[in-house]
Amino acid sequence: MDLLNNFFFIALPYIAIIVFVIGTVYRYRSLKFGYSSLSSQFLETRKLFWGSLLFHWGIVIIFFGHLIAFLIPQSILLWNQQPLRLFILEISAFTFGIMAFIGLINLLYRRLSSARIRVVTNYMDIILEILLLIQIFLGLWVAYGYRWGSSWFAIVISPYLKSLFTFTPKVDAVFMLPLVVQLHIITGFLIILIVPFTRLVHFLVFPLSYLWRPYQKVIWNRDRKKIRNAKEAWTVHRPENN
Amino acid sequence: MDVRSQVAMLFHLDKCIGCHTCSIACKNIWTDRKGAEYMWWNNVETKPGTGFPTKWEDQNIYKGGWKKSDDQKLSLRGSGKYKGLLNIFHNPYMPSLEDYYEPWTYKYLDLIESPKGNDQPTARPVSLITGKPIDIKSGPNWDDDLSGTPEFARRDPNLEHLSPSEKEAMFQLEKMAMFYLPRICNHCLNPACVASCPSGAIYKRGEDGVVLINQQVCRAWRMCVTACPYKKSYYNWSTGKSEKCILCYPRLEAGLAPACMHSCVGRIRYLGVLLYDADRIQEAASAPEDELIDRQLELILDPFDENVIQKAKDNGIADSTIQAAQTSPVYKFVKEWGLGLPLHAEYRTLPMLFYIPSLLPVMATLSDADNSAQSGKLDPIAKFWNKNTLYDTSTNSLWGTIEQSRFPLKYLANMFGAGNESKIKEVLKKQLAVRVHRRNVTVGDINSEFSQKALSDVGLTSKMADDIFYLTSLAKFDDRFNIPPAHREQAIEMLENTGDAKGSSGFGFKESPTRGL
Repeated sequence: MDLLNNFFFIALPYIAIIVFVIGTVYRYRSLKFGYSSLSSQFLETRKLFWGSLLFHWGIVIIFFGHLIAFLIPQSILLWNQQPLRLFILEISAFTFGIMAFIGLINLLYRRLSSARIRVVTNYMDIILEILLLIQIFLGLWVAYGYRWGSSWFAIVISPYLKSLFTFTPKVDAVFMLPLVVQLHIITGFLIILIVPFTRLVHFLVFPLSYLWRPYQKVIWNRDRKKIRNAKEAWTVHRPENN
Repeated sequence: MDVRSQVAMLFHLDKCIGCHTCSIACKNIWTDRKGAEYMWWNNVETKPGTGFPTKWEDQNIYKGGWKKSDDQKLSLRGSGKYKGLLNIFHNPYMPSLEDYYEPWTYKYLDLIESPKGNDQPTARPVSLITGKPIDIKSGPNWDDDLSGTPEFARRDPNLEHLSPSEKEAMFQLEKMAMFYLPRICNHCLNPACVASCPSGAIYKRGEDGVVLINQQVCRAWRMCVTACPYKKSYYNWSTGKSEKCILCYPRLEAGLAPACMHSCVGRIRYLGVLLYDADRIQEAASAPEDELIDRQLELILDPFDENVIQKAKDNGIADSTIQAAQTSPVYKFVKEWGLGLPLHAEYRTLPMLFYIPSLLPVMATLSDADNSAQSGKLDPIAKFWNKNTLYDTSTNSLWGTIEQSRFPLKYLANMFGAGNESKIKEVLKKQLAVRVHRRNVTVGDINSEFSQKALSDVGLTSKMADDIFYLTSLAKFDDRFNIPPAHREQAIEMLENTGDAKGSSGFGFKESPTRGL
């Protein structure tokens, strides 16, 4: 049992993170053409509206909620000091979870029912969507059945995750957790593990830099001014578009 | 002054016969691939008609191009930094496959391999996307030559601001008229697609102004499809990348004409270099609507001006390019003779393709006459007309025919004049003056006083008229196609960094453009 636990809570996280980092970087550098969100809105747009919007807004907010709870757990604990604020946080988080869950069911249904979308579906899409569906379901279960996660997360899980990053894994507390919570952690690392092999890489290239770049973009492939200047050695000006 | 050069095209619409050879040439070279079956980087539309994709000109639907807000600033109509990122999960203004058409083929093998039976075997149409049998609802050029039809011509967005009687007059069977509109990417000076791309994958090439999409940076956020008001950025559903007309840049770099131009049967296309002032682009793009075209044409600089030449050289523009700009047929048509107009300047993207609006047909209009005796016989649609109007095809006045042409000036103005009729009138008058002049020269049944008056009315000399005639009707290929000679050593560097391959064998492995996981 210990061996299994050690595998799931020590080995798996490290494998997942290593594969994630190496895989995404390799793919970005060498297989850049495939680095895309692979939107299928062009083929089917109505069902996508209810799937994509609900899922994305739900999952993005839940994701950042988890991130904040992991990075600065004190902030969540401080917020939760008053019961009313705890309720607000838990209920809104649960709502976003439901949103993501319904959205994902819509997306999965769309992927399987629409003939056009099936053409652009591969196995990894299905595996990913099912894993995400399981993960969100487990998350909702934890939120409903083991209240109040936003408070005990900070005491139990944040230290565990931090210990992983400092290479001193402290897993005793995690071993004691209910099975549902453990499964939620395991599935989470599984998803991180398969990111480089799925279309999920698109969240890594979310175009935030668009906000501060100028609207227009002109690329000069060759710096003619330098070429004309006799004082310069022959230039090693690198084209910007490859 | 920041002088740059742009390879620009001009279309002489009176010469277009609507044969679609350009579209086929383009298709065979660039878009005969999976995911690109439905794309027509070059297409030819019948006007009046709804075009491709359906009603692309209606920006209330597609929200393409720039609009000027109350504080006189330009913003993208349906995308941009905030709207674009907010709509990134689902873009409500993006055209879907239904707005184009579902590409298909036929099961030809069924004709040969079907078992013997009582009925003749048929080749059923099957979708090129799903491979399943489909009912064909529409296809490329579905409204070809269908002027006058309620489904297509009457839904043309350019009919806005035309009176009901004018519209009906356009569509009466005996009087109906149409012309063809070939379209490729406009390679704009203020491109909305470039501005809308969140990943920064789209760029304008400094050397020749060609607008390109870097396929390795495109991440399928699909904002360019919305932002391009001409709907010339297409989404490849298979690779998950947007694609668009590349002005055949590999051919241009090799000194060859683009495929659409080279194959043009009617010889309607002209390709040449224009020098323009990049410093004033923003200013020109945000001009008031009635000044838009003039301000855009002001951007194009005189390539014979010493100051312009010096500034161009300072900017590193090659002598061969400056020389090409001086002999550019596009410059002659657009600037010297004032015949070329941009398509839909009101989208404010400063398109660098120019059109000479169609002169024909000029005769016939609605004129005041007592029609009451016949009104009982008129069909219900014709009853829309004012009772006291009649269709009049007889006219002796030279200019009157243009002002009351069968194709309302307003319609052409909505396409080529940013709604400004005087722009269209000027161009049509010039064309007619050239015809009058040539008729005087070749047939001689028009007296030269009259022909001289026609020319001076529109500010042309007989020398200019002869030049226009030559370039319109007699021009050889090299007169119509004039871009700087190829610099192969530079062309390769526009695609590859040759330093990368130095010391290795060849150019290494390239990633094939297949869909990612």
